[in-house]
Amino acid sequence: MMRLPKFSYLVPRSVGDAVKMRGDAGASGQYVAGGTDLYPNMKRRQQTPQTVIAVGRLKELRRVEGDGASGLVVGAGVSLTELCEHPVVQRDYPALARAARLISTPTLRNMGTLGGNLLLDTRCNYYDQNYEWRRGINFCLKKDGDTCWVAPGSSKCWAVQSSDLVPWMVATGARLRLVSTVGDRMVTAAGFYNDDGIDYLHKRPEELLTEIHLPPNGGRRSVYRKLRRRGAFDFPVLGVAASIEVADDETVLDAKVVLGGIAPAPLEVREAAQALVGAPLDAERIAQAAEACYVRARPLDNTDHLMNWRKQMTRPFVTRALAELQAGMRPQG
Amino acid sequence: MATNKNDDNRPAANGKDFKVVGRPFRKVDARSKCTGQTKFADDIVLPRMLYAKLLRADEPHARILRIDTSKAEALPGVYAVITGQDLPDSYGILPVSQDEHALCIDKVRFVGDPVAAVAAVDEDTAFEAINLIEVEYERLQTITSIEEAVMVEEPRVQDYGDGGNVHKKVHLEFGDLEEGFREADLVREDVFFYEGNTHLPLEQHASVAHFDPDRKLTLWTSTQTPHYVHRALAKTLSLPAAHIRVIATPNGGGFGGKSDPFNHEVAVCKLSMVTGRPVKITLTREEVFYCHRGRHPVLMKSRIGVRKDGSITALDFQSFLDGGAYGSYGVASTFYTGALQTVTYEVPRYRFRGLRAFTNKPPCGPKRGHGTPQPRFGLEVQLDKIADQLGLDPAEMRLKHLVAPDSVTANYLRIGSMGLGKCIEKVVAGSDWKNKYRKLPFGRGVGLACSSYICGAGLPIYWNNMPHSGVQLGLDRQGGVRVQCGSTDIGQGSDSVLAYVVAEVLGIDPFDIRVLTADTDLTPVDLGSYSSRVTLMTGNAAIQAAERARELLSLAVAEKLSVPIENLAFAERRVFDVENPDVGVTFAEAVVLAESKFGTIGTVGSYTPPRSPGKFKGAGVGPSPAYSYSAAVAEVDVDAETGIVTVERIWIGHDIGQSINPMLVMGQVEGGVYMGLGEALMEEMIYRANRNAVHKFPSMLEYKSPTTLEMCDVVTYLIEDADPNGPFGAKEVGQGPLLPVMPAVANAVYDAVGVRVDEVPITPEKVLAALRAKAQGREARFGPKDVPRVDWPAPLKVLTPAEGGDGREMPGVAVHSRD
Repeated sequence: MMRLPKFSYLVPRSVGDAVKMRGDAGASGQYVAGGTDLYPNMKRRQQTPQTVIAVGRLKELRRVEGDGASGLVVGAGVSLTELCEHPVVQRDYPALARAARLISTPTLRNMGTLGGNLLLDTRCNYYDQNYEWRRGINFCLKKDGDTCWVAPGSSKCWAVQSSDLVPWMVATGARLRLVSTVGDRMVTAAGFYNDDGIDYLHKRPEELLTEIHLPPNGGRRSVYRKLRRRGAFDFPVLGVAASIEVADDETVLDAKVVLGGIAPAPLEVREAAQALVGAPLDAERIAQAAEACYVRARPLDNTDHLMNWRKQMTRPFVTRALAELQAGMRPQG
Repeated sequence: MATNKNDDNRPAANGKDFKVVGRPFRKVDARSKCTGQTKFADDIVLPRMLYAKLLRADEPHARILRIDTSKAEALPGVYAVITGQDLPDSYGILPVSQDEHALCIDKVRFVGDPVAAVAAVDEDTAFEAINLIEVEYERLQTITSIEEAVMVEEPRVQDYGDGGNVHKKVHLEFGDLEEGFREADLVREDVFFYEGNTHLPLEQHASVAHFDPDRKLTLWTSTQTPHYVHRALAKTLSLPAAHIRVIATPNGGGFGGKSDPFNHEVAVCKLSMVTGRPVKITLTREEVFYCHRGRHPVLMKSRIGVRKDGSITALDFQSFLDGGAYGSYGVASTFYTGALQTVTYEVPRYRFRGLRAFTNKPPCGPKRGHGTPQPRFGLEVQLDKIADQLGLDPAEMRLKHLVAPDSVTANYLRIGSMGLGKCIEKVVAGSDWKNKYRKLPFGRGVGLACSSYICGAGLPIYWNNMPHSGVQLGLDRQGGVRVQCGSTDIGQGSDSVLAYVVAEVLGIDPFDIRVLTADTDLTPVDLGSYSSRVTLMTGNAAIQAAERARELLSLAVAEKLSVPIENLAFAERRVFDVENPDVGVTFAEAVVLAESKFGTIGTVGSYTPPRSPGKFKGAGVGPSPAYSYSAAVAEVDVDAETGIVTVERIWIGHDIGQSINPMLVMGQVEGGVYMGLGEALMEEMIYRANRNAVHKFPSMLEYKSPTTLEMCDVVTYLIEDADPNGPFGAKEVGQGPLLPVMPAVANAVYDAVGVRVDEVPITPEKVLAALRAKAQGREARFGPKDVPRVDWPAPLKVLTPAEGGDGREMPGVAVHSRD
């Protein structure tokens, strides 16, 4: 990996400043918060912005307000470490704290932010390589080339959604606030991601992600499970997020099961949810949901581990995630 | 005996107590390393220094038709651009494989092969410049596997070797193999594959060259072998060797990956000669993967005959090595895949056939264990299968058939001390083996494996009759002692070992000693930090030098004190009469007396290994002054739904002979286990054959190596049974303890879930595939089916010692393959 290329580094004093700077920078501008995604990409010359606008220290982006009863608003600039350790997050959204703790390493979580993680560039074994390596395969569809080496003949880029938090945000109905010079808007996490490795966000480049709104957690339980080679560093090669809402008699009223790390966008498996709704969780329904996920999961050969094995792992990982929810429903003791 | 490190003074072979040896002193360079003040090669900055980058091939196999450097030369800030034409002379670590050029001249052989080098005012400019160099290639067919190399004669990756894309074929036969198989109650044939992997040192290779106005060249470089780099530079730069000085900087990890002379070392020297300025190069992590020289992928077939009690009657072993694009140490690696099968358990008759292939991938070479982890994996897994089949306990079976100490093996390796039995006993007791083996619940298992490694190669890499290691000692009249030796500290602590050994002999504190190492101008030759040779060889050389100094001091002090010379003792910075300890002088006074009597005090010591009993061609690989032994038990958890293997704990016994510093020994054992776990579970140097043979992912993120979270608990037992050839009885520990880890894990997986993975790494995919095969009633195994059929040369036949052989090739029966 080479050193960083040269660029201008701007430090705005407010969100208003930031979006104005970003507008002025035009196509060669980019926001940065923790830099744990952008800077390595710049070293590999995957992205070469001339102007980098550092929003990580903006106080407006570092607030955490509310709680599980009212819903929680988390600033996009809150670091992943702060998110893991925040007492309200730990108490009211424990699955989020656990998912965040599974990201990379302690030092990278100290730098990386919640917002940055939700905007994480899609990843691929043919893309996350240095310039010379990519030249050796005549580049790829996502950057500088015209062939997707994962699926030659495909006009679509298959780079993988690799955030651990995105599937959980989709499964729990989180909403995101985007700000630009022309105003701001709220979008659902479920509608924010696009199933294309290049154009993977429904977001205009100049828009700044400022806040993440978590819905009230009343009656909801959620879980996240991550498959990766090692206990640290690694991006997910399969992520399973599930969220259920239950009645007093444990009947599942609503369910969402979302898979990450296997496609350009998080994959919501509605057939799995359907299998769970209408009765308390039991082994049979969990097995049906796991089977539905297995059928829908079609990972390609562009991450660590063999793709067939990753597909096979959806069964045990979904089963274990839902079993954790089932166990969580039982009375304590 | 297991060591009890609470003993303060244990008797040495000569009956005296050790004061330094066997104690956990800190390393002599520990503080500067821990505080970040050690100067590695990349920390060196010289006035007017330029920065170099190499342009590397993005074709795996191609003729170079044209190189146009004009645009790069025209770029402001560029001082020099050189290509292969500027460095026409070849080099290579082995005299039989002088197949490398600093920059490719007529063709490139793998993605990453360097074709041009630039020196510029800064690294960014150099990077920009290499991208302005235009190279026109004519593509050639790519050879990417052992099978392809054996089948495809043309085009050849290299234009030498044993025909087509075969680099080397070896066929050695010791004793009447068929008779051995006739004596067997059980004959097994198993096929194994060991995937290649790399060293992954934290420090990326870096070099700084300065060709000074007096036309002397100095190279500071992260190398394990400054002497061999010195020789390669003299050959490639057309400079007298006497005008070249190579200084090995402290290595931030080597593991064998810095043992060859490298392209960038030669290129940066040439660029300094062209520009008259100091020039630095620091490789990127990707480039370190391209330098490689790591573990060869090896496909193996082992045919073994055993009696009902598990005793081996004959062993017929074949290995096929994927060598990558250049020779490197490959001929030695090939012999090593057949050398050490015989030094653990009695193998009365033995045949070895080995083949190394050239392929369009970065060259393989020596990695910790050099050529022995692969066959050791095969042999130890095969023995586990045999024990299973014969209904024997694998530990008991091994204990019954150990090679005897002070014996000579069928392939003429002379064994000295042999502590494997004690290693096995320790790990069996420590792990509660008897209550676990075949008794743990499904999903949990234990496995046992053993191994052995050389303590230095018996022969040098290039033929000569000179010592393998030299030490010079200088004593000054203030009592200072200076040790100079060409040995290279790669983190293993060899500088410290020199200080400990000299301090022990002279009765002074190791931290009083100035250690100067790895500088070809200032230090006598030591061949380098490879083959686990340094403690044994430099240790013996240092003892000789220190004893000679002690002799001079004793003569002077005896005369001064009128004490019989044999009464003098050296301890606690004093020289005194053992019968009357108050009568004595300080060490510094002793030096003054000696200098007054003899003049300036300096002594030398050197070490040459004993001659090997093997006299046949190919007998050069395997002999060693001593062999270390290790045994390990691994306990694993296997998730049968996913195939994921978690190694919970490893008990390892290592026969060290004598610890010079038990803390450093334990560190090496644990480091070896850690590296072994990576090889056992996840590490793979793999390439995309259908995508221009690029490395799958040359990065520390995606080349999967264990983190601290994957590291298991390690319980270490040191077996100390002094070897007569070791300094104070010491043997090696740098490489041996890695070897039993992979087969122990494989055997434990079988104990846990009843499937055999006859390959490393043992990935969850393979375990799950084997479990599914078992569930479907197929063979409960994942692994290669067979080896390629090749025409082997006629065997070189040697009668074994038991058959009355003399270590020579049997006359008139065989024509050995060409070397």
